[in-house]
Amino acid sequence: MVNYIWLFMIISGVVAAAVQGEMDVVTQAALKGAKEGVAVCIGLISILVFWLGMMNMARDAGLLEKLSRLLRPVARFLFPGVPSDHPAMGYILSNMSANFFGLGNAATPMGLKAMEELQKLNPNSKTASPAMCTLLALNTSSLTLIPTTVIGLRMEHGSAQPTEIIGTAVFATGCSTLVAVALDRWYRRRQENRG
Amino acid sequence: MFEAISFLSKMLIPALLAFIPLYALFFRRVPVYESFVEGAKEGFPTAIQLIPHLVGMMVAVSIFRETGALQFYLDLLKPALSLIRFPMEVLPLGLLRPISGTGALAFTESIFRTHGPDSFLGRLAATMQGSTDTTLYVLTVYFGAVGIRRSLYAVKVGLTADLAGVLAAWFIVNAVFGG
Repeated sequence: MVNYIWLFMIISGVVAAAVQGEMDVVTQAALKGAKEGVAVCIGLISILVFWLGMMNMARDAGLLEKLSRLLRPVARFLFPGVPSDHPAMGYILSNMSANFFGLGNAATPMGLKAMEELQKLNPNSKTASPAMCTLLALNTSSLTLIPTTVIGLRMEHGSAQPTEIIGTAVFATGCSTLVAVALDRWYRRRQENRG
Repeated sequence: MFEAISFLSKMLIPALLAFIPLYALFFRRVPVYESFVEGAKEGFPTAIQLIPHLVGMMVAVSIFRETGALQFYLDLLKPALSLIRFPMEVLPLGLLRPISGTGALAFTESIFRTHGPDSFLGRLAATMQGSTDTTLYVLTVYFGAVGIRRSLYAVKVGLTADLAGVLAAWFIVNAVFGG
């Protein structure tokens, strides 16, 4: 499906430019996008280096294991296919905790570590496993208690009550996460039934 | 209560920064500095490995946006959405949110600038912004990092959840702040 979305965006962009007779916009946009992509990765370097260092200390100290033991019921419900003492669990749960507390920066490195561990359990390394899909669903809908970025932006624009949208955002993010988890389950069951 | 929560979130990183090495060194005798460096080593290759994935995705998103193709599809959707009285001013955000994080944030800022952060539209945009993450980005980064080619149903789940987030945001902002 990613292939189709990708192609769809490019082709409709080229067609739109052709209709307006401004084909050079396509080239400029493509190069601008490429530059942005590299910039995002460069920005990720410092975040990944820092948080992966922190995570390694937490792992060596047995803190990740503690976290997964503490949240075992949640983990078992969401990831029935992953053994509850597997190292992936510690990373998954710290990824979820980081998202929940609005530490988006920290969530990505933890999520990537979790993916790496889940890949070790994956029988087919090119195809996503059900557990990977669940982790992705949780991260795209991202259950957040405090949407830090948008509150900061509201503050900058002189809002009288920058935090007043926390309640509505929690409701909305709760709904989207609920839908994500439910739909993920449904697809997983269907896949399993097909064999 | 919200103040307490946002205080907690601000304190969390400093607290973790102090607690993890302290606990590791004194209770588990972990050589903390070496352990940090060992883990941190993986950061650079991981980030570099993501470059082709992110460049590929952002080129497509950029072409889609800059050529006006996105606007074309928005115009196409307008009649259907005006039926359910979804405010046209924030509509682009609903479509932008899953594909481009920076684009969505820039759009939210423009809503704040023209309508004010405390207007109905400002609150709606803020709620939508805070309700989900950029699905396409998360997919690209998470699956790209471990070399997954076939994403199964993950895209459908992510995009449906985004739609649910938009509708939920619209519903709750209407209910709480009035339309």
